[in-house]
Amino acid sequence: MMRKSMMSGLLCATALLAATSAAIAEPVAVTGGKIVFDGRKAPIDNGTVVFDNGRILAVGPTGTVTIPKGARVVDASGKWVTPGLFDAFTRVGLAEAGADDASNDTVARTAKHSAALDLSLGFNPRSSVLPITRAEGVTRIAGVPEAGASLLGGYGFVADMSGAGASITKAKALFLVEWGEGGAGRAGGSRPAANAWLEAAFSDAERFPAAFTGSGEADVLRRADAEALQPVLRGEVPIFFRVNRASDITQVLAMVGKRPKLRPIIVGGAEAWVVARELAAAKVPVLLDPIPNLPEAFESLGATRQNVTRLAEAGVTFAIAHATGADAEFQARLLPQLAGNAVANGLGWGAAFAAITSAPAEILGLGGQLGTLAAGKIADVVVWDGDPLELSSSPSAVFINGVETGLTTRQTRLRDRYHPTRASDPLPQAFR
Amino acid sequence: MSRPVRSKSVRLPGKTARLLACGIGAGALLAFAFAPPAFAAKKKKDAEATKPAADAPKEPVRVNANPYPSTYKPLPSGVTLIRNATVFDGVKAVLNGTDVLIEGGKISAIGTRLAAPAGATIVDGTGKFLTPGIIDAHSHLGVYPTPSVAAHSDGNEATAPNTAEVWAEHSLWPHDPGFQRARAGGVTAMQILPGSANLFGGRGVTVKNVPALTAQGMKFPGAPYTIKMACGENPKRVYGQKAGPSTRMGNMAAYRASWIKAQGYVQKWDKYYKKFADKPAEAEAPERDLELETLAGVLKGEILVHQHCYRADEMAQILDMAREFNYKVTAFHHAVESYKLAPVLAKEGVCSMMWADWWGFKLESYDGIRENIPFVHAAGACAVVHSDSELGIQRLNQEAAKALSDGRKAGLTISDGEAWSWLSANPARSLGIFDKTGSIEPGKAGDVTLWSAHPFSVYAKAEKVFVDGALVYDQTDRTRQALSDFELGQIGEGDVK
Repeated sequence: MMRKSMMSGLLCATALLAATSAAIAEPVAVTGGKIVFDGRKAPIDNGTVVFDNGRILAVGPTGTVTIPKGARVVDASGKWVTPGLFDAFTRVGLAEAGADDASNDTVARTAKHSAALDLSLGFNPRSSVLPITRAEGVTRIAGVPEAGASLLGGYGFVADMSGAGASITKAKALFLVEWGEGGAGRAGGSRPAANAWLEAAFSDAERFPAAFTGSGEADVLRRADAEALQPVLRGEVPIFFRVNRASDITQVLAMVGKRPKLRPIIVGGAEAWVVARELAAAKVPVLLDPIPNLPEAFESLGATRQNVTRLAEAGVTFAIAHATGADAEFQARLLPQLAGNAVANGLGWGAAFAAITSAPAEILGLGGQLGTLAAGKIADVVVWDGDPLELSSSPSAVFINGVETGLTTRQTRLRDRYHPTRASDPLPQAFR
Repeated sequence: MSRPVRSKSVRLPGKTARLLACGIGAGALLAFAFAPPAFAAKKKKDAEATKPAADAPKEPVRVNANPYPSTYKPLPSGVTLIRNATVFDGVKAVLNGTDVLIEGGKISAIGTRLAAPAGATIVDGTGKFLTPGIIDAHSHLGVYPTPSVAAHSDGNEATAPNTAEVWAEHSLWPHDPGFQRARAGGVTAMQILPGSANLFGGRGVTVKNVPALTAQGMKFPGAPYTIKMACGENPKRVYGQKAGPSTRMGNMAAYRASWIKAQGYVQKWDKYYKKFADKPAEAEAPERDLELETLAGVLKGEILVHQHCYRADEMAQILDMAREFNYKVTAFHHAVESYKLAPVLAKEGVCSMMWADWWGFKLESYDGIRENIPFVHAAGACAVVHSDSELGIQRLNQEAAKALSDGRKAGLTISDGEAWSWLSANPARSLGIFDKTGSIEPGKAGDVTLWSAHPFSVYAKAEKVFVDGALVYDQTDRTRQALSDFELGQIGEGDVK
């Protein structure tokens, strides 16, 4: 068992190393643009960002930053330069066409295992969804599983959108627990059943491996699942609790209160605003989508677009993501629109932008590497033709790990093939 | 811009009755009689044989085309003068620094420095934008209301591939909180459709977006009936494991078989009326068939066809089928591939109801591109932004904005004013209500939305929404934020949602 965990740790480290070393890039200087570090720090109107070998070397007002000899200079005058956007709740690269089960790895409804499922193994960096995602400025995602038969959904991961073979930034970056109505249904039909089941699962994992030897008695988990939960119990991996009702959030806080090492993150959190003070006091972050405002279920009667503003006012740490799971496979690219709507509903622009850059990175423990434009960070840099949260804006250049990705996608190829100016071409589109 | 065929009244030779006339306002069809059950007709006929001819019925059996008439009455309104706004006329023009006067529920004047009639409410539109209210041509509010619990699943009568006999208005729950959210998004009217499980899903209903106790209280007076049809994956998925169809060719065969039956039904009634004209005592009215009544209404051009159809090749099959049975397709919905067939759609005068960028969720949506809407527009075809979503309906202006921007970046020249036609004039045309709403021009309904900023900005909010001149939503006035019965006494009641 020890050997197995060490192996997986080693694999993680290898993946990280591979991601970094994949970034073999020329030195680049993006000059003259409006630099938005992450939304928290005041922007620079005319700044320069320099990066090389996948890492940012320097950021500052143009003229104060040394541009390395031989660097490629990208003129960003009149443009905005930001860190790449980070959607902390997606299923990008995990499904090719949503309703096609065979190519969809987001969920395993009849799998025997639960906690042991490692979603990174289903990630396809060559999926056509990746270029479509990055062309709109989203450079990092968390891939989050959907819970199958069990309320334990297993491990999710963080990946870049480069499409390069080694694009997993961190496997086992998060662990999913389905709570609320969804958890109750999976545990046998009620919230008490979900509580009892999860307590039993934690207990099984805490008694691993003893509970799985000859005389031991495991309650609800299989051996591999109990083993897989160890990093979660040690607090090495945050737990995404998918939960909406205020009382269910309180239950999460109570449960983790008994196990201080656990690192809960409230995901969805339609009624998080109701318990905002408790969340702030417990320093539990929230991942939310600021759009849903309808009582989709009885557990989200209090859904409101004011949620994000109220959490911000109460001092809760939050990030904006496709946290309901809706559109998470294909529309991570709409992350700026989510943040823009949060601004329209009263959140400050800087806070909204941080909520799609630095905040998700920090919540996932990657704040040291990602999320802002700062020397030493991974060079995910996007040049925009306007305010990145505005509907008419789009990237004019995207760099991931310091390498420019290009903005061509399967969709732009279709666009060009069917462009109205080509309507009178004599040959069928398939020849274009 | 193409214009879909509007509903027509159909006169039968020598008759004054409209057969299966739909799309007429309350009161337009008063003469009707209940079709007698077959046994009663037979009994009556037997009796007639022994009676003098003078006792023969004077009028033929007529089917009431409007048995669930609109009871909508505009909410009380005064005179409103919106001053100095940037006005989108909803068709093409954008007028700076313009005043709009709404009197008696209708737009009465558009100009500069309009005199305020006595008692008029003045709204300062300086720095703001006034547009026709958004019309969503594809909504399931009320039939798939929130909370989305099983008890509320009233949008798909998924019991047979042809359920042309069901009417969405009979499922519509007017207390759906989604209506209020849509008002806050500037939506003043919408078409509510059955779902897409079936080839023939049933009749749609067009409503004014006002709080009401009943579906009838929301029904848009004078709007024609529509029918929802569906292509492709959904019907074959739903019925593939049942009695079929299980393939696209099966879908087509089943539609065609239904149209053949509908043609027979039309002929049966034609024959009856002809007979009645000659020998009223001997004429026996056919038995009514609700499913075929709806399909016959389509064949007679009285019911507008709104067909869910993603793929361009399937659209082409449907258009040939419409020719085969001599009816008109008004619009393709979820028309993700309309850009591939745009010149044909322009020529055929068929609208495309589209999302800005939703794609990928199933294979028939795999070829979605962000330029679909502007490409359809550029081909001279009718482009409409629709939602099919209780969340999307709240920000259709944003969807249009994205599509406009992507079209421009692809090199097309489209003005802001033209793009607003995707949200008002074109959906109004596709629903047969453009003579009443969908543009800001004198004589049209006072269905308008005042925006805090340019409505193609993500930061814009609908500040005030008027339906027939009545203020139905005000962002800053709690007394004009309707609260559905369902949300009364619940957590977050009265929140600005």
